[in-house]
Amino acid sequence: MEALTQKNVANIGYSKAAVFRKGCMAGFPIAIGYIPIAITFGVIASAQGGLTLWEATFMSLWVYAGASQYISIQLLHAGSSTVEIILATFILNLRHFLMSTTLSHFLRPSRKTGALLSFGITDETFVVATTTEGSNAELSTFGDSSSNDAIANGAFFRSPLFFGGIALVSYSSWVLGTAAGILFSNLIPASLQSSMGISLYALFIGLLVPSVRKSVRTAIIAFISAGLAWMLSQWLAMGWSIVLATIIASTIGFIGNRLQPNSERGESL
Amino acid sequence: MNIYLLILGMGIVTYLPRLLPMVLTQGMAFPKWLTEWLGFVPYAVLGALIFPGILQVDAAHPWIGVVGGGFAAGIALIQHNVIFVVVGGIVAVFLLQQVV
Repeated sequence: MEALTQKNVANIGYSKAAVFRKGCMAGFPIAIGYIPIAITFGVIASAQGGLTLWEATFMSLWVYAGASQYISIQLLHAGSSTVEIILATFILNLRHFLMSTTLSHFLRPSRKTGALLSFGITDETFVVATTTEGSNAELSTFGDSSSNDAIANGAFFRSPLFFGGIALVSYSSWVLGTAAGILFSNLIPASLQSSMGISLYALFIGLLVPSVRKSVRTAIIAFISAGLAWMLSQWLAMGWSIVLATIIASTIGFIGNRLQPNSERGESL
Repeated sequence: MNIYLLILGMGIVTYLPRLLPMVLTQGMAFPKWLTEWLGFVPYAVLGALIFPGILQVDAAHPWIGVVGGGFAAGIALIQHNVIFVVVGGIVAVFLLQQVV
């Protein structure tokens, strides 16, 4: 752990409100990125899925998982059964299990807080929560210690309040954006609607690139994972491909890191 | 089919994987190697999420998704605001789709 510097002392002084506010600010880019995606969802839910405003908004409210929501509309359009759609949703969202495991170790919330916060775990909130500026360098020194120790030493990003801010802001944007998409879909020309499909991926790219700039290791793992996901998707459903590719690529990253001499080992979370 | 029942079911199967690790692993001491391994998950997940999904952006012309993504990556390299990355990606795909 680094010695108490002037900078650290300032960090330690954060109030709960300040940490929550920081979380909200960290969630703001996600909220912005969600707007076109949520609007697009609203648009296709209505146009392709025949969902009403209440139905589509309820889906975004209760499911809150963009990729699976998109796919469910396509499946509805294709006449799939309820069971099939629920199963596809489950498989596609299984990756959140991995994220939740990582995040629970990262935040160490109480059971009740954890139950509430876990609802807000999405690809984007997870990535922002775990790759916030400075977190890579800080965390490896804390390892298994409680997040309370970490927070006491200035690592505000390990506070459940920080994640709470991120999650609240992102969630609101998702639900409101969906409603807006349904309400205003007729204002958006079809040609633009079709190009909005890239929003989800652009958001992921926007989140990945800054991390990649800091570490080549990150780029290599992401690249390997992408290649694996591609190969696996030839035989497996998309959801399984993502989960397996993630597990294998993380393991490769782990092994690669362990094989490095100690002085060159990178910091993971 | 009852849409609300469908949504309810989708919500439950989505919430459970998010919930269980959060509430079940409290008080568990994670071995160091697990902490290390979990640290790689965010980057692995991002890679798998972006590709091959991005090929579906324009199912008839998969390269449009890739080029659009490349453009978005370029924007992400030169500035920090995610909103421009998303908007830039949409603009790129829109233009490419006009050309095709």
